[in-house]
Amino acid sequence: MTQDNAFISFRNVNKYFGKFQAINDISMDIEHGEFFSLLGPSGCGKTTLLRMLAGFESVSSGEIYIDGQPMSGVPPHHRPINMVFQNYAIFPHLNVRDNIAYGLRKQKLPRAKRNDMVDEMLELIKLPEYGDHKATQLSGGQRQRIALARALILKPKVLLLDEPLGALDKQLREQMQLELRALQKTVGITFVFVTHDQEEALTLSDRIAVMSAGRDLQIDSPTGLYENPVNREVASFIGTMNFFDATVTSVKGDTAMIKVDGLGEVSAPARTVPLLAGNTVSVAIRPEKFSLTDEKPDNAQFTINGQLNNAAYLGERSHYYVSIEGVSQPVAVSAQNRDRATKVEGQNRPVWLSWDSAAIVVLKDV
Amino acid sequence: MSSGSYIKRPNRPLQFYAILFLIVLYVPVLFLPLFSFNDSIYVRFPLTGFTFQWYIELLDRDQVWASLMNSIKVGVTTSIIATSFGVLAAKAITRYRIPGRGPVVGFIMLPLVVPGIIFGVALLVLISRLGIPLSLYTVTVGHIIVCLPFAIATMIPRFEGFNKSVEEASADLGENAWWTFWRVTFPMMFPGILASLLLTFTVSFDEFIMAFFLSGTDATLPMYIWGQLRFPQAFPSILALASVILLVSFILVFLGQWINRGAQSDSIESNTKT
Repeated sequence: MTQDNAFISFRNVNKYFGKFQAINDISMDIEHGEFFSLLGPSGCGKTTLLRMLAGFESVSSGEIYIDGQPMSGVPPHHRPINMVFQNYAIFPHLNVRDNIAYGLRKQKLPRAKRNDMVDEMLELIKLPEYGDHKATQLSGGQRQRIALARALILKPKVLLLDEPLGALDKQLREQMQLELRALQKTVGITFVFVTHDQEEALTLSDRIAVMSAGRDLQIDSPTGLYENPVNREVASFIGTMNFFDATVTSVKGDTAMIKVDGLGEVSAPARTVPLLAGNTVSVAIRPEKFSLTDEKPDNAQFTINGQLNNAAYLGERSHYYVSIEGVSQPVAVSAQNRDRATKVEGQNRPVWLSWDSAAIVVLKDV
Repeated sequence: MSSGSYIKRPNRPLQFYAILFLIVLYVPVLFLPLFSFNDSIYVRFPLTGFTFQWYIELLDRDQVWASLMNSIKVGVTTSIIATSFGVLAAKAITRYRIPGRGPVVGFIMLPLVVPGIIFGVALLVLISRLGIPLSLYTVTVGHIIVCLPFAIATMIPRFEGFNKSVEEASADLGENAWWTFWRVTFPMMFPGILASLLLTFTVSFDEFIMAFFLSGTDATLPMYIWGQLRFPQAFPSILALASVILLVSFILVFLGQWINRGAQSDSIESNTKT
C-alpha cells in the first residue's frame, strides 16, 4: 500500500477514547488533487479521522503525513489544512467579509489587496452582494458557501469537509454537490470529505474509503466499490444487494463453478478473491443486473422462475420483489421503465428472472 | 395577536395578577422619590409643596461625596474581580466534564440564599483572627463573595450558547489560542461580561450587611445612609439620595439585561436555522 508520492498518508493510525478504540490501525494514502471521501455509518470513526488530520484530536499511535511532513505535535493553526465544519462554525459577531478575511490577518496584506481577495471569493461562491450582511442572517446554503470561502481564501493544500451538506434540504444539497465538485476541479486542491450518505459519496468522489467500527473496509473508486465490493458489509452499505448462500464446486482458471442455494449451479469470474473448491461463499447480485420477464427468455445465460410478490413504481424505474423457492429473502429486482409496456404487472404471478455470469460477485464472507 | 391561538389568547385574570404584583412590588418604593420632592421634613400626607431643596442640600455634604467615592471604588473593584472569576468558573462549569458538577454549582450559588449576616459574621471572625484591620479592602472581599453567584449566573448561559467549533474554526484558520481568545471568544462573550460587570457593580453598590460588618472608618454609601437615619432633619435628604441610587440601579440593571438579551437566542438560532 505504501506510496512515496502520496500527499496525505495515514500509517497504522490508532485512536483510543479511554478504553474505546475509535480508530483501529488505519493506513491509507490520498493523492494530490484527489476528491477523497470517508464514508460510513455514524460512529464509524470517519469524523474522528478527519479531526485527527486537522489536528483537533491527537493520534494515540501511528503517524499522519501531509506532503511528507509528520504531523504529530503540529497544532491545527500550523497545518497546511483548512476545514469546513459540520455546522459551518461561522463567526456570529462578524459580517460576511470579515468572516471570509478572518485567516488573512497574519499575511499582513494591504487593505486593497485583501478586499480584492475577499471580492474574488464572494464571486467564486456566487454571493457577491452579501459582503456586508451579518453572517447569522443567512440561510444554511449561504453559510456553507461562506465557510468554504473562508477556508479557500487561504489556499490550503488540503480542504477537509465534515458532512457539509448534511443540514441542507435535498434539492439544495444536490445543487451544492455539483457546485462543490466543480469548485474542486477549479481550485485543484485535495478535498477530504466525510459523509454518511453513500449516494453523495458516489456522486462526488474520485475515491472512497468505506469505514466501519474504526476500520477501513475498502478503498476504491465509486465504480469499484459498487461493482466489486470486497465483503458483505461494503456490498450492503453501498446500494442494495441480493445475497445468496453458495458453495464453490470447482475452479478452472479465472472461472469458478458455484452451486447457489435456490438458483442452481452458475459460473462466475473468480475476480480478485482466491477461491478453492469446497469454499462456502456468498454470491451477490445487484437488483438491476436481473432481467424480469413474463416468459422464460431464450438467450439468457442463467434463468430461474419465481413468484412476483410486490412491485413499487418509482417513476424512471420500478422495484420488484420476487420470491424464489429455496431462497429465504425475496430477491430485489430493479428495472428501468423505458420498456415498461412489456413488463409484468400485478402481484402473485409467476415470473422469470435472468442474469449472466458478469453480474455475479463472489464474496468470501457468509 | 388577539385573534391568535388558544395559548396566545389574552388571559384577563393573569393580566390582573401581573398588574397587582407590580403594584405591591413597586408602590412602596415609589414613596421614596415622592417624599424626596416634598418641602416638609416630615414624611406624611398631605404633601405640602414641591422642592429640589433636599437634592441641593445633598450636594453640599462632603460625607455623601466621600462615601459615594468609597462605594464606587469598592463596586468597580468587586465587579471586575467577581466577573473575572465568574467567567473562569462559568467556562469550567460548562466546558469541561467536572465530577460532581451539580454540587459544585450548588455550592457556588449558595451565597445567594445564605443570609448575608452569617457570611458577614463569619468573615468578621476570620478577618479579626487574622489580625487584618477592617477597611474598604475587607468590604471588597465580602462583596466579591456576594457578587460571584450573580456573575456566574450571568455568564453560564453565554457559555452554554457558545459553540465550541467556532474556536476550532479560528485555530483551523491559523490563529493560536491567544488570538483566538481576542478575536472570537472575547467578542462573543463581551455582552455577557458587560452585563455581569453592571449587575455585580449594582449589587455591591447597594449592599449593606457585609459593609456593616466589614467596613472600618470609611463608610460606603448604604453605611452612610444607615448612619444618617438617626437625625430626623437629615431624613428628606436621605430620601433624595435613596431616590438617586434607585434610579441609577434600575438603569444599570436594565442596561445589563438589554446588552445580554441575545445570550440564548443567538445559539438557538444558529442551531436550528438551516
